[in-house]
Amino acid sequence: MSDVVEKTLTALPSLLSLDSQPGSAKLSSSSKLGNLIRGITELTSKHEEEKLIQRELLLIKEQVSSPNTTMRQMKELMVRAIYCEMLGYGVSFSYIHAIKLAQQGNVLEKRVGYLAVSLFLNEGHELLLLLVNTVLKDLQSTNLIEVCMALTVVSQMFPKDMIPAILPLVEEKLNHPKEIIRRKAVLALYKFYLIAPNQVQHIHNKFRKALCDKDPGVMSASLHIYLQLIQENPEGYKDLAPSFVTILKQVVAGKLPMDFNYHSVPAPWLQIHLLRILSLLGKSDQSTSEIMYEILDESLRRAEMNHNITYAILYECVKCVYTIHPKSDLLEKAAKCIGNFVLSPKINLKYLGLKALTYVVQQDPKLALQHQMTIIECLDHPDLIIKRETLELLFRITNEQNVTVIVEKMLDFLQINKDDHTTIDLVGKVAELAEKYAPDNEWFIETMNTVFSVGGDLLQPDIPNSFLKLLSEGFDSVEEDKKLRLFAVNSYVSLLEGGPSKLPQRFLQVICWVLGEFSHLREDLEPDVVLRMLAKLLDMKSSSSETKCWVLMAMTKLCSGGAALALVQDVSETYSSSLDTMLRQRAQELQILSQDSKLQAKVLPRSASMEPVEVDSSLSFLDGFVSEALAAGAAPYKPPHQRQEELSRSKALNMEPYGLSLPIGMSSCSVTDRQSPTLLSISSGLSGDSADFSHKGSSAALKLDGVKRLWGRDGYLAKKEAAEEAPQVEAASPVRSPSQRGDTDGSVSQTPTPECDQEKQQLASSLFVGLATQSSVCLMGKSEPTSQRFRRKPKASGGSEPMSNPLASPSDGADNVLPQNLLDSSDLDVSSPEQTHGLPQDPDTPNGSCTAEEESADPMAEPSAHEDLDRSRDSCLSSHLPAELSALSHSEITSLCSNQSLDVSACHVQREDSVVLVVFVSNRSDFCLQQMRLQVQSEELEVSCASDCPSEELKSHSVAVCQYLLTVQRPSVHFDLSATVSWQLPAGSPQTAPFSYKLPLTGFIRALRLSTEEYGAMWLAYSHDTKLNLTLMDDDQDPLAATLHVLKRKLQLHVVEIIGVEAIVACCLQQDQPCLMHCRVHAGMLAVWLRSPVPDLPDCLLYHCQRALQEP
Amino acid sequence: MMRFMLLFSRQGRLRLQKWFTAISEREKKKIIREMTTMVLARPPRTCNFLRWKDLKIVYKRYASLYFCLGVEDEENELLALEIIHRYVELLDKYFGNVCELDIIFNFEKAYFILDEFLMGGEIQETSKQIVNRAIESSDMLQEPAPL
Repeated sequence: MSDVVEKTLTALPSLLSLDSQPGSAKLSSSSKLGNLIRGITELTSKHEEEKLIQRELLLIKEQVSSPNTTMRQMKELMVRAIYCEMLGYGVSFSYIHAIKLAQQGNVLEKRVGYLAVSLFLNEGHELLLLLVNTVLKDLQSTNLIEVCMALTVVSQMFPKDMIPAILPLVEEKLNHPKEIIRRKAVLALYKFYLIAPNQVQHIHNKFRKALCDKDPGVMSASLHIYLQLIQENPEGYKDLAPSFVTILKQVVAGKLPMDFNYHSVPAPWLQIHLLRILSLLGKSDQSTSEIMYEILDESLRRAEMNHNITYAILYECVKCVYTIHPKSDLLEKAAKCIGNFVLSPKINLKYLGLKALTYVVQQDPKLALQHQMTIIECLDHPDLIIKRETLELLFRITNEQNVTVIVEKMLDFLQINKDDHTTIDLVGKVAELAEKYAPDNEWFIETMNTVFSVGGDLLQPDIPNSFLKLLSEGFDSVEEDKKLRLFAVNSYVSLLEGGPSKLPQRFLQVICWVLGEFSHLREDLEPDVVLRMLAKLLDMKSSSSETKCWVLMAMTKLCSGGAALALVQDVSETYSSSLDTMLRQRAQELQILSQDSKLQAKVLPRSASMEPVEVDSSLSFLDGFVSEALAAGAAPYKPPHQRQEELSRSKALNMEPYGLSLPIGMSSCSVTDRQSPTLLSISSGLSGDSADFSHKGSSAALKLDGVKRLWGRDGYLAKKEAAEEAPQVEAASPVRSPSQRGDTDGSVSQTPTPECDQEKQQLASSLFVGLATQSSVCLMGKSEPTSQRFRRKPKASGGSEPMSNPLASPSDGADNVLPQNLLDSSDLDVSSPEQTHGLPQDPDTPNGSCTAEEESADPMAEPSAHEDLDRSRDSCLSSHLPAELSALSHSEITSLCSNQSLDVSACHVQREDSVVLVVFVSNRSDFCLQQMRLQVQSEELEVSCASDCPSEELKSHSVAVCQYLLTVQRPSVHFDLSATVSWQLPAGSPQTAPFSYKLPLTGFIRALRLSTEEYGAMWLAYSHDTKLNLTLMDDDQDPLAATLHVLKRKLQLHVVEIIGVEAIVACCLQQDQPCLMHCRVHAGMLAVWLRSPVPDLPDCLLYHCQRALQEP
Repeated sequence: MMRFMLLFSRQGRLRLQKWFTAISEREKKKIIREMTTMVLARPPRTCNFLRWKDLKIVYKRYASLYFCLGVEDEENELLALEIIHRYVELLDKYFGNVCELDIIFNFEKAYFILDEFLMGGEIQETSKQIVNRAIESSDMLQEPAPL
């Protein structure tokens, strides 16, 4: 049939010029449309056409608005209007008349009216509201054709919010006696489901009825809906799997009426629909998959006829077999099928074969090996589309051994490719492979250079971002990092010396950044030389103002006095009067920093780029502003995904193509966000202080996992073992490929010459290396982590752990008591991983001092007669400390009460999770004390007895030790414990003695380890806050850091992050009551703002902060 | 699901356009332009499938006329090719030895046939007989005496 059509159509062009040919009699040559069309074909220029059409449109306009125009004339006019519209001319004046025609015309006129409406108007057009009534009327018409037309127009374009108006009528049509109406109704409902799923939710059971319709056409229409539903929720429709299998069986067996055959294949569209549904249902579901094995086998067997439509079914079968739970003999047959496709001389089948191979190659690499020679041939195929698909396949089998060859092929392709979408896609893939598998620095930098120059300004912004991030973060070895950076600098210097005018803007920006950061690594390269090179970029006409910003930033980093100062001054003067605000700002920065090298060194420290760049991605410094705004009644912030969700709820059908856009969070905090080079300068200034790198996962993660994840289906692992033996045969194939080639060449028409042959074999062995020699497991991405060259440095900073480890081993704590560790912790570098575990490491932390104060306040603690005893008491009593506490630091042991018969002393010990009061009662008499009892209580503390005195009797000159667990009930600056001890001498009345103990709040404070994000989230959640200005410590270098260090040392606070003149600090009271602190240097003071969920905690803590800073 | 079907001549002149989803006029014009340049630039005897953004483009040339179908990514390319072919067969059956002129002069008929064949971006009726019967029955209803 198609041959006939083609023959007829080939004879056509000669017909175009004349209408005296026999065939043209029926072409309504006498009609006005005919005249118009002929008129147009006779014209020679676009200009003439335009004039003609404008004339025509004026005519139409005049006639449509004339009251005398009949509907029949109107129909004719509409057809002409449609024609003009198709030629690209605006005919908006006729829209309303199209609707009128649909409203008022007879059936035939109505049909044209509806057609015109569906061609002219979009779903959102306001005129469509006028159509609703017409549609309603026609849906209720007794004329079947009118009903059909109404259903057709409804499925073509119907305003979403008007669906409820016609929905009942459309639903009703599901029961219509005519199957054509039922089918159209089902399809209309399908369309409604797509644009407004919520509105048809209630008729799901009617869909089921449609599925069981006695007419196969209606049933097959309902499958569209089911495919959609199952895609969204496969679990909900598992029960239908047997029914679908039965339907498919009947179709394959040819039980449907002949009408459904297409080129003697039974209902191919229906078959493919069912196969697609089955693959969704059987995906990673063994029991459901088992139901369908038989029919899949049958389909694979039956579809042998040599026709496109059978290949279409086969292709779908193969995809299904590889998607559902695997069965080895089916897989074998599917693999054979793929082989037939790939080897087919028909180019369309070859294309699909390559696609199928791409789909399955990660599960079944031996297939790629089998067809390696065909793949090589496809790589040189004259059709770019085939070439492109082959590259896609190679991309999936890339490993560190064949990466150079594959990337080379991709880059070759990019040179000849003209399609922008393909370029963007492929460039991204090259960058991904380069980052993952680069064999050496030189290759990596050179490949990325090509990526940047070829990708040009189409490049996805995350590629330069992640490249720069990679360079600045470095890898495991410092030496390697330096080499890589040095190589990049060398490469870029030579590029700039060559001809920078040809380089794309994005690439220039990358070059600027790298030279600014790393050109100092090359010792023979004077900064002045680089500055002059950069200045040249500014003079280039092609440079965008964004690029100029980057240039100025790089210059700012490089100008540290020297000969080029004049040049720099010149440049900054030129641009400080620029109209571009960004440029002006950069120029100002350059001017100021170039004159003050001290400031420059501080703002842009040279070594900072080695450190991970710190970005306060939670913007916690804005919290104050935010909370004020919230208090003033502003709406709370909603993250993008939430907004998107809300948006999509109101907008059911998303017309935007997916893909290119990146999550906002990621791009906005990446190092080189192209929108704001400012971010970079800020962050590099901060990086020295960075305590954590909380957002590092964002874009890095995107790049590194790459393509493998797509294929990580557990279901296939079992199958893989089974297929393992087979590849062993193929394992040596690169070597023994001649015989292999024999197989493949047989079916391919062209026979290559021997030399060319050898070349191909070489190529094959370089392409497929690693596929054969290694176990195929590596293709599944299992051995991935080790094979990656540019692996990012593992970050072990405190911030990456959400909280301090409360279960740190006690030996660590003991170590920290050693004085050497104090030296470590006195280091100003807060970014060093913290060794403390929230335990005091310093004997003169507040514990000691406060207790000393308490000692002098307590009148009972002045036992002058026992001075010598006093001196030795501490050491002798501390030996009585229970074993589990002796390793921990304790406050000084103080004597609390003393008389002739006994001495009471106490100290408190800070455990990670609690504070323990240890009371020593020593019997000084020569008698045995009896009924000895201790009672301890406090208003603010809950006291529970951890271990009571071993017995009520205390032998002469012995010591009893009691432990009390203290828990804060209400925060207070100091906690007072009042206690009594009672005892009885062998011959005497009971005696009691009161005593008291006082301990500060700081004993209960522990460092709270948080990331900036967590901090940000908590900050907003807490209500109790206090603000106060504290004195800063005297420190020339960095008063903020010095002050924070004191607080950290004395109060166990954790410095979360320092951002310029601000810092955020966190601690908690007894593990579960956090207190957050925000510090800001302002007018020589430290403005402190504390927040906590616990009412009095901020005030009490602030008191101790004040004390800590006042004390020397 | 199908997104659009375009028919254009070898000179890149649009003969028929069908959009199955709501697209703005500007976007339509852009797609038409890109499709014609892309498809017309393809040398003969090459693959009938193309990739464009997230869509698969399936095209086929019948004499001087190109049929171009934009389908979503999960669709089967070969099947899309057969949709085009069946449409040509339907036109052929209706017009009897269809040629480009038939479609130019009676494009509204070509639209009606397409509407019986496809609906809402999905295939509706694959039987040649049934589609023709549907078209003819509405044609017959009251085809008036020739003008």
